[in-house]
Amino acid sequence: MSVLIFVENWDGKFKKLSFELISYGAKLAEMLHTEVVALTIGAVENAELKKLGNYGAARIINAVNDKINVFDSQAYTSIIAGFARQEASTIVALSNNNMGKAIAPRLSVQLKAGLGAGVSKLPLGLNPFIVYKKVYSGNAFSHLVIKTEIKILTLAQNSFELIETPNNAVISTITAEWNPESIRTRVSEVQKQSGKILLTDADVVISGGRGMKSSDNWGPIVELAELLGAATACSRPVSDEGWRPHDEHTGQTGKIIAPNLYFAIGISGATQHLAGVSSSKFIVAINTDKDAPIFSAAQYGIVGDASKVLPKLVEAVKEIKGK
Amino acid sequence: MKILVCISNVPDTTTKVKFIDDFKKLDTTGIQWVINPWDELSLTRALELKDDASNGIQSVTVAHVGLVGSEPTIRKALAIGADDAIRVNADPADAYFVAVQLANVLKLDSYDLIFCGIESSDFNGSSVGAMLAEFLEYPSVSSVSGVRIENGVLIINREIDGGKEILTVPIPVVAIVQKGIAREPRIAAMRGIMMARTKPLKVVEPIIVDSFTEIVSYEMPKPRAACKFVDPENPRQLIELLQNEAKII
Ligand SMILES: Cc1cc2nc3c(=O)[nH]c(=O)nc-3n(C[C@H](O)[C@H](O)[C@H](O)COP(=O)(O)OP(=O)(O)OC[C@H]3O[C@@H](n4cnc5c(N)ncnc54)[C@H](O)[C@@H]3O)c2cc1C
Ligand SMILES: Nc1ncnc2c1ncn2[C@@H]1O[C@H](COP(=O)(O)O)[C@@H](O)[C@H]1O
Repeated sequence: MSVLIFVENWDGKFKKLSFELISYGAKLAEMLHTEVVALTIGAVENAELKKLGNYGAARIINAVNDKINVFDSQAYTSIIAGFARQEASTIVALSNNNMGKAIAPRLSVQLKAGLGAGVSKLPLGLNPFIVYKKVYSGNAFSHLVIKTEIKILTLAQNSFELIETPNNAVISTITAEWNPESIRTRVSEVQKQSGKILLTDADVVISGGRGMKSSDNWGPIVELAELLGAATACSRPVSDEGWRPHDEHTGQTGKIIAPNLYFAIGISGATQHLAGVSSSKFIVAINTDKDAPIFSAAQYGIVGDASKVLPKLVEAVKEIKGK
Repeated sequence: MKILVCISNVPDTTTKVKFIDDFKKLDTTGIQWVINPWDELSLTRALELKDDASNGIQSVTVAHVGLVGSEPTIRKALAIGADDAIRVNADPADAYFVAVQLANVLKLDSYDLIFCGIESSDFNGSSVGAMLAEFLEYPSVSSVSGVRIENGVLIINREIDGGKEILTVPIPVVAIVQKGIAREPRIAAMRGIMMARTKPLKVVEPIIVDSFTEIVSYEMPKPRAACKFVDPENPRQLIELLQNEAKII
């Protein structure tokens, strides 16, 4: 028995969500009186692998193969399922990000294991096995019973704290069983932006809506983001208008994020927008309309004109940070 | 090439959900049911592909697992422009159950390009598309933000962290779509609404299978503390609160 954690790595590096997942797995393993085995696919250096041990992984397996140079959900699934069988894992956990969403449902079918997608707490009960997850785009939560013997879980980002439990983890590097012919997806081109803080990774996000009036007024938002090490985002009409790039659009039909702090500036707070940001720990709203629905979701608010408030806010941050 | 668009039937996105029976069941009074927004966009893209004759799309079919009550939603998809529809006559117990039923539909009739949405706005499972692909042993591409056909080959854009990839995949394939797949959902025109009444809607009986999961109860989100307002003339106070009270910056 074991809890198997599939941790994604990005060009050999882990991210905060990787450590959240290991922390979660370690707590889960404690509840089940078993150990956590972490599996990552694609070469990662030992020093980086060791970091997983700091959050409680007892064993760390790095499955490598030179021919693994594209993400193919079928191939990844078969590798992970193979380990789950070998380790007799009763729980397999992944992050609820793009890759997790592509693999977890396939694992569910392969391992005949029920899937709890986007869980945001430790199980509420073990027998029956009850997980807690959002439903109706964050307008409610559910208690979901997983009835199968093996369970697959994906953990919602930023929903579980990092817990350091240093472990003298045993690291092993092995060759992943992999038949390159089985891969049917071919990547013909990759377009990547570098240097930008990714919206899905950011702890702080500064977001603007239609109340910003025009793309010309984004200066202070970008400046504030730079000062706070934040990512920039926007509401859907803003990206539809072409004021900001499409990958910044948050909400039900855009990115779903859960930063520690979300600034909603000139955003009314429509349910479809909130569906993408309501898991933020804190929301700050700046809006001219004191009755805007965003203020019901926010902890801090300023009723005022963004074009007047923002420059002052930028100055205040500069002053405080400058100290 | 034949396209299948899988659609789920969900409460309108502005619905304030409520529960009955001691938080065990959704209160459906007054709820307006709609095509899941992602599926509406997939359908739009499927029809755009079909409109361009050079793509050689023979038909666009919609498939849905649900009881007779969801037929208005299916008719809406037909009114928007789907050629025909298949309804598996069963309550969609969970994602696994739905995927089993859809896989069966694909065994009865073959399709080359199957669209699923990244998630249903009801149970937020993000599961059915990739489960379906696994049942059929088809390749799948997740986070799809664009699909086109060039010389009979499917070209798919996939979003990755901080960028995108352009892929080619052989058919049949399951494309799990997200933002970008189509700009605005296509709206049914009067003519479409008239025609939808007579378009074929086939009802298939379900395969008997147990679900893997079951929602036993619901909870409403904890009410957030009331918003604390800061003087617009003095936003410095906001930064101080974020530092000293919330302790997040
Ligand atoms: C199926 C569906 C899916 C959708 N998905 C999304 C989604 O994913 N994300 C999304 O964002 N939307 C989505 N929408 C759209 C959503 O319903 C709203 O229309 C949208 O969120 C509104 O954007 P906004 O708040 O920027 O603009 P508005 O609603 O126009 O709000 C502008 C706000 O700015 C304030 N304002 C005006 N001037 C100023 C000023 N000078 N200073 C400060 N404040 C000012 C106004 O008081 C107002 O509150 C979706 C809609 C549908 C039907
Ligand atoms: N009952 C259903 N009938 C047909 N397709 C469905 C059904 N439920 C979900 N789907 C498809 O699966 C996608 C993802 O749904 P889910 O896995 O439930 O989040 C949806 O966007 C649909 O394409």
